[in-house]
Amino acid sequence: MKAKSTTKTSYHIPIGPIHPALKEPVHFEFEIDGERIVDVDVKLGHVHRGIEWAGSRRNPIQILYLAERICGICSYCHPIAFSLAVEGIADIEIPERAEYLRVIQGELERICSHMLWAGVAAHEIGFDSVLYITWEMRERALDLTEYLTGNRVTKAITMIGGVRRDITKDMIPRIQKDLKYLKDNFEKLRHIYLDDKTFKLRSKDCGILTNEEAVKLCAVGPTTRASGVKKDVRVDTSYFAYGDLDIDYMTPDVLTGEVNGDVYDRIVVRLLEVKQSIELIEQCLDKMPKGDIVAEPKVAKLLAQLKKVEGEGIGRHEAPRGEVVHYVKLTGEEHPYTWKVRAPTYNNILPWIPMLKGEQIADIPIVAASTDPCMSCTNRVGIIKDGNKNELTKEQLHQLSIQKTRRLMK
Amino acid sequence: MGQTRDIGGKKMSKNLKSEEILKYFKDEFKTKIKEGKIYKRVAGSKKNEKLGIWLKIDRTIFKDFIKHLCALQFPHLSVVSGNDLGETIELIYHFTLNSGKRMKEIELNVSVDLPKSKPEIETVCDFIPGALVTEREKQEMLGVKVIDIPDTRKLFLPDDIPDNVYPWRRDKTGPEKYYKNLHEVKK
Repeated sequence: MKAKSTTKTSYHIPIGPIHPALKEPVHFEFEIDGERIVDVDVKLGHVHRGIEWAGSRRNPIQILYLAERICGICSYCHPIAFSLAVEGIADIEIPERAEYLRVIQGELERICSHMLWAGVAAHEIGFDSVLYITWEMRERALDLTEYLTGNRVTKAITMIGGVRRDITKDMIPRIQKDLKYLKDNFEKLRHIYLDDKTFKLRSKDCGILTNEEAVKLCAVGPTTRASGVKKDVRVDTSYFAYGDLDIDYMTPDVLTGEVNGDVYDRIVVRLLEVKQSIELIEQCLDKMPKGDIVAEPKVAKLLAQLKKVEGEGIGRHEAPRGEVVHYVKLTGEEHPYTWKVRAPTYNNILPWIPMLKGEQIADIPIVAASTDPCMSCTNRVGIIKDGNKNELTKEQLHQLSIQKTRRLMK
Repeated sequence: MGQTRDIGGKKMSKNLKSEEILKYFKDEFKTKIKEGKIYKRVAGSKKNEKLGIWLKIDRTIFKDFIKHLCALQFPHLSVVSGNDLGETIELIYHFTLNSGKRMKEIELNVSVDLPKSKPEIETVCDFIPGALVTEREKQEMLGVKVIDIPDTRKLFLPDDIPDNVYPWRRDKTGPEKYYKNLHEVKK
């Protein structure tokens, strides 16, 4: 980008599009003064696959399965947000039981996603043993997902007007057993992440996003809540069965009594949300009424109904990373006229800039990962200094981060 | 913190009602508000309501509208979506208000029609800096010119995509001829 602005004291380092700290391709360009980051620029679109365009050539039921493939980790959020939009347009009433089942699936996905993130965060600062502990726990949550939906990742549980699989009485003991396991191990996890001295040194006062910045830059999800902004679609609005449940905003002051908006606070919020999700699933199992799980079980009939409706609608759901928004316009044809997907990371791009400014190169992986960007990774970083190209491989950058941790531990 | 956000010296703890919002804008802009309706959805066993507003406004008052909205309560801008409607390009700004209060949130969807001969709209980045990503996307995807946008570069599309090709358009500036001849692309 601004290569000519490079002076003797500052140089540019591009990170990405392929990089270990990012789970999906994104391109950063940093202006560096010594070890300190002066400015950041972000370039997106390396995995723009034209899914919305493909969607406007498919019928709403086919789109459910296409939407599921937008992202592996959020494979429930996207189809469910699309369903909410379509149900709004066609005025489909959802059976009460289905609303509870939808909450259970949503919260289970949140547990899996936050656990995955916690492991990645530990890995970024060189704590690979913690990565194994968290992912061992996540494995149990994934097994439970498989038990409930038949699949670990691409669940295909969503249907317009409800869900596709019920939870029967004989399944409840198994669910309770796994939830108990997660709860019992939660304390261990909390102790590692929040009490460990080195974890604190790496994450406290690092990558700060202030309350005002979070509001003005329209940040969403745990990223904005860690800055003290009370914004959570599950609490703010009534959708699924969330209106019936006991739920509150998870901001870091709930646990620590203060809000700093740093990486540590983002860890606190996600851990609190894992616990909250377990409790929400338990509440749902208790309160779930009997009845149907889908409004219209015959898919052909549902499609015929959707073919007749006209209008536009919004579907909003709190995904693990924040608010996901789908806009759909139906014009009485088989395919939707417009389908616009807004994933949470889209809104969490700009907050990266104030977070990264003033930090060190070794902090890039943990700060970038702290918003839990939905992006994939590997490979190398190039440093351009005085026109000479040096390449920092994935391993070298990771080593830089580990070395910083070791230095702090001394 | 959070409950009362302090932006530009204004406390935003007040709780707005959907009827009030609709009435406020109708009184303020009269006929320039072309359409306004409130929608409701109920969910769960307790049948709690979710409220939202659709507004269709004239493009001449757009910037003034955003100014009034920000003064009323600093909104959260979720995204701007767009439709190519043939003669016009429709932009829809999806806001939410009243965040931070249990089940009080209101969705506010503001639609603006731009003629295809002059698809121009003012930026809202001076009021809502977080709008930059979505405005840049509208520039490249729909060929809308966002006046005074702080960053005019492309965001999602590669830099070498030809000028006057807009993937969301349905006319001759659309992407048709590119995806139909994919086999001709040089390796």
